[in-house]
Amino acid sequence: MSKNMNLITAPLRKANPITVLILGICSSLAVTAKLKPAIVMALSVTVVTALSNLVISLLRKGIPSKIRIIVQLIVVATLVILVDQFLKAFMYDVSKQLSVFVGLIITNCIVMGRLEAFAMSHSPWESFLDGIGNGLGYGSILVIVAFFRELFGSGTLLGYQIIPQGLYDFGYVNNGLMILPPMALIIIGIIIWLQKPEEEK
Amino acid sequence: MMDTLGIFFRSIFIDNMVFAYFLGMCSFLAVSKNVKTSFGLGIAVTFVLIVTVPVNYLLDKYILSEGALSWLNPKFADVSLDFLSFILFIAIIAAIVQILEMIIEKYSPALYNSLGIFLPLIAVNCAILGASLFMQEKHYDTVFQSLAYGFGSGIGWLIAIVGMAAIREKIRYSKIPKRLQGTGIAFIITGLMGIAFMAFLGISF
Repeated sequence: MSKNMNLITAPLRKANPITVLILGICSSLAVTAKLKPAIVMALSVTVVTALSNLVISLLRKGIPSKIRIIVQLIVVATLVILVDQFLKAFMYDVSKQLSVFVGLIITNCIVMGRLEAFAMSHSPWESFLDGIGNGLGYGSILVIVAFFRELFGSGTLLGYQIIPQGLYDFGYVNNGLMILPPMALIIIGIIIWLQKPEEEK
Repeated sequence: MMDTLGIFFRSIFIDNMVFAYFLGMCSFLAVSKNVKTSFGLGIAVTFVLIVTVPVNYLLDKYILSEGALSWLNPKFADVSLDFLSFILFIAIIAAIVQILEMIIEKYSPALYNSLGIFLPLIAVNCAILGASLFMQEKHYDTVFQSLAYGFGSGIGWLIAIVGMAAIREKIRYSKIPKRLQGTGIAFIITGLMGIAFMAFLGISF
């Protein structure tokens, strides 16, 4: 049981896909300017990694190794289409904000990376947990980055005003730089900086 | 004509794949350790983009988007196959990369030796699929505009990765706080380069 728990908790810190393994930064930092799309993105990626891990792990004995990349891509693409249709149907405004980045989950290196490295050689249940763990590990970084960017960039969280009006009257100004895409990278750099010593122990 | 040129320069400097949309970051960070290999990868990405974006444009225009099938039969005017675009785009990209690999291997072994190892990686490079998806969203009028977009995005990516590699080659000799070494500083440099590229925002075409 503890081994299975470890599959979920390890990717959150020690083997975090973003800060330690540097996978999957591609598709989604652009959605971290606000907290809400970041949370939706994190959940979508978790769903896709977990389910694709499960499906590939069930199929793993039947997939010829020569065409496995294509098979994996098709499975992932199908799941992403499902997620995309779901978002369009129930959360239209968020799906507009995410625009092409939902589609880009297909080429997210985490999904493919976990399929190759884990699901092809482990049982379905373990793969499913591994997928959830990695999706959450990835999502946690997205949410942390989005938290700081929205708080300092627009003074709000999830659209609610957090910084009191009094501060603005006092001369406080939102940091416009935080809204710009490059700040996401710098925040991740700082997170890596803070996280490093803990893994050396 | 001016439009097409405008799209070309816009996609290099303003809508730069790496700095504005973070696309292709994985290979960007993994490969940008020396200038020579990153130049090779940059050329390969540009090459694949030049081919895949126009092909996907035609696919989108004549098969996928709403009413696109009406050239086949007027009855199909309100059929939209939009939801299939992810799966078809990625299949087209994977197939074209495979074909390119075979063609290059056959006709130019020298080029194959320098690009070969990168080609399979490119099929899952976010920048390639990203360019196709952005192209679909921007609704270009002609296939030349989408060609200009693909070419420009490729060049933009090439400039970004070569610049990054050059900085990383030099930075090896500087004193960096121990915990920041390696990936940490790479992220921060990319961020700073992105801010520098923001300067192009004011240009309008």
